[in-house]
Amino acid sequence: MTDKIDLAKAYRPSEEVVVREIEGETVIVPLTSGVGDLEDELLTLNETGRAVWARLDGSRPLAEIIRDLEAAYDAPDGVIREDVIGLLQELCDRRMIVAGE
Amino acid sequence: MTARSYVRKVRSGQDGLWRTSAPALARLDIELTERCNNACLHCSVALPAADPGAKAREWPAARWRALLDEAAALGCLVVRLTGGEPTLRQDFEEIYVHARRLGLRVMLFTNATLVTPSLARLLADVPPLEAVEVSIYGLTAGTADAVTGRPGSFEAARRGLSLLGEQGVRFAVKGAVLPPTRGEMDAFEAWAAGLPGRTGEVSWATLLDLHSRRDAARSAVIAGLRPEAGEFVRLARRRGEAAVEEWRDFCGRAGGPGGDRLFDCLPAASSAAVDAYGRLQYCLGLRHPATVYDLDAGSLREAVTEFLPRLRERRAADPAYLERCGRCFLKGLCLQCPAKSWAEHGTLDTPVEYFCDVAHAQAAAAGLLEPGEKAWTVRDGGRRAGRRKGT
Repeated sequence: MTDKIDLAKAYRPSEEVVVREIEGETVIVPLTSGVGDLEDELLTLNETGRAVWARLDGSRPLAEIIRDLEAAYDAPDGVIREDVIGLLQELCDRRMIVAGE
Repeated sequence: MTARSYVRKVRSGQDGLWRTSAPALARLDIELTERCNNACLHCSVALPAADPGAKAREWPAARWRALLDEAAALGCLVVRLTGGEPTLRQDFEEIYVHARRLGLRVMLFTNATLVTPSLARLLADVPPLEAVEVSIYGLTAGTADAVTGRPGSFEAARRGLSLLGEQGVRFAVKGAVLPPTRGEMDAFEAWAAGLPGRTGEVSWATLLDLHSRRDAARSAVIAGLRPEAGEFVRLARRRGEAAVEEWRDFCGRAGGPGGDRLFDCLPAASSAAVDAYGRLQYCLGLRHPATVYDLDAGSLREAVTEFLPRLRERRAADPAYLERCGRCFLKGLCLQCPAKSWAEHGTLDTPVEYFCDVAHAQAAAAGLLEPGEKAWTVRDGGRRAGRRKGT
């Protein structure tokens, strides 16, 4: 398990993955060993996942991205925040994103 | 809503990845070279490793990189690098890394004899995401070197496997059923099962393809190595009746006779192959001049979206094919296809007696045919296959 997701940090895609846009799907393919457990699997993001991923530019703190998403998507209080943190924790555990410098 | 709703894991190579349309090209097979450092008895491709003509004509790495770029742009997810022996090329690692950096999964077919510590480390650090497929043709140096025609090949292959295993690179072992190896099959499987890094069961090449460039002398040698149909059935049954059950299932699922349709091979439906000189083919085995597209004079996109769909529309015209293959309910078993017809007869639609004999022997073993019955004369083939499937 990696560090817990920090709302004050900015995250970006890891250089250990290749992200591909194919037929409307965002497909994340491991490049180096030990990324995810995707020996026989592919990871794809749905529309909401893509909306999160597209904002991971390594410069904006996660809290700002969550505010941005809360403004863009209609959801009960706290749900988007909880989901985004859950998603990023999963991606971070798989070494698919890293905290920006 | 939970984080799971953002992320979807899909098994590679299975349905379900594409929610709307699938990409124009799912897999690209690349024969990086026809040259090989082995000279296996049964090989349908290999030229000598130092063949100067072949080497000079092979596409350089820059062309392969550009082609891989095109493939990725078309949505290709998997590329198969094969030969000949692909690692014979000095630029193999460059091509491999380029494919992986594009997000392509790589199926590497190799004899493992040229695996170095450096290559094994690369495959560990930047994994192909598919098991490396290693062909080993014997359990002892005596057997394997007799097949490869190269003294020392067995020891070199074992060194290669050890290097892969030490680095944790997953690999699958492939064997060939040949006169020198037939007596070793059980022991070979037991040996392979104990190899660190090995995954899956040994897959055996049994129904050998004739030479894909139609070299008559090479084809005659290969034809002499093939098991006859009854022997094939005996070999398949050596571990019980699972294979026979599978044959029944294939027949039940294959649908009705194909009529004049030639290109209905499902694995090739969204894939393409390119030979070492940049000529695109329907599959690696089909080198009929009328079915080849010169990528030096066109583009992969045009080949995949225009040339191959036109090719798939071609229909059989050979009367024997229409009378037999076109009406046969054993297409789930039979290996008849344009590539086999090309290798055997130089045509696209001539029945291949060997594969016909084998399919009939399989069907007889599965209880789908009476002794002496020809499958194309059976009017209730679908019912027979369906009934058998359900029992």
